[in-house]
Amino acid sequence: MAEQVYFEDIEEGAEIPNLMKNCSTQQLVQWAAGSGDFYQIHYDKDFAQSTGLKDIIVHGALKNAFLGQLLHDWVGEGGSIKKFGCSYRGMDDAKEDINCRGVVTKKYSESGENFVELDIWTENPDGKKTTPGTALVTLPSRN
Amino acid sequence: MAEQDVAESVITDEMREAIGKESQPTTLDVEKTNCRMFARAVGHKDPIFYDEEHAKSKGHRSIVAPPGFFGTPAFQPGGGRGEGPPGRGYSIPYKRVLNGGTEYEYFDSVCAGDTLTSTTKISGFTERTGSIGPMLITERETTYTNQDGKVVARMLGTTIQY
Repeated sequence: MAEQVYFEDIEEGAEIPNLMKNCSTQQLVQWAAGSGDFYQIHYDKDFAQSTGLKDIIVHGALKNAFLGQLLHDWVGEGGSIKKFGCSYRGMDDAKEDINCRGVVTKKYSESGENFVELDIWTENPDGKKTTPGTALVTLPSRN
Repeated sequence: MAEQDVAESVITDEMREAIGKESQPTTLDVEKTNCRMFARAVGHKDPIFYDEEHAKSKGHRSIVAPPGFFGTPAFQPGGGRGEGPPGRGYSIPYKRVLNGGTEYEYFDSVCAGDTLTSTTKISGFTERTGSIGPMLITERETTYTNQDGKVVARMLGTTIQY
């Protein structure tokens, strides 16, 4: 785990450390079992192609969960995730890089807590944002 | 019909009446192994999602449910899983379905050993014509309540039919 990040140390507009993913077919099967989503377009190539896809695709909810990991790892032990989510705008293929990124859009203190708002997204190898979203987290203070 | 954006609405009175009505509750058991399986599938490295002693040493009640995990619905052979999410059974002309997006909001922690009860309601229908043609957008809100009666999280989900 990375060193704890503190509220005072971040600035609006700053990018947080990215998280790179690349889903093996095995990982998609693990996700099917872990999430309970057994739709075959995510692990059965023949089935996926019968629906018009060229191959199996990564579950949207898994990409959302990647963004959850991106935030969890960034806020560290001292922070917490209050809200996160994304829209499913584009499909990602298995065995292709999925770059999970985030940028701080706002920071403020309220009722003794230090809130940070972020734009978060996953990006495919062409640089397209396939799951744009937003998040609200808290960070600890140095004081 | 001259223009697509004045196409007749597919939202029926029955659908309008369904807005805001809570579904039957579903029970979700948050168990250690399920938390680990979910965390492994994502690729989480933090041991609070895998090791109970470690999680406790960090002040958690047990293994922590990873972000986006709210337990596994209890499967009951014979179809005892309740009526499913509301809003799937309405008679509308669109055949294709897309999951539009999901947002999670946390009010408290969720750990292994918790039993969550979830209810879902439709918060609204909207219609739009996009690049894929006319579509119906259904917004649903699921509320998760733990064994102490505390609302711990809320999920907002969007479904697109076209």
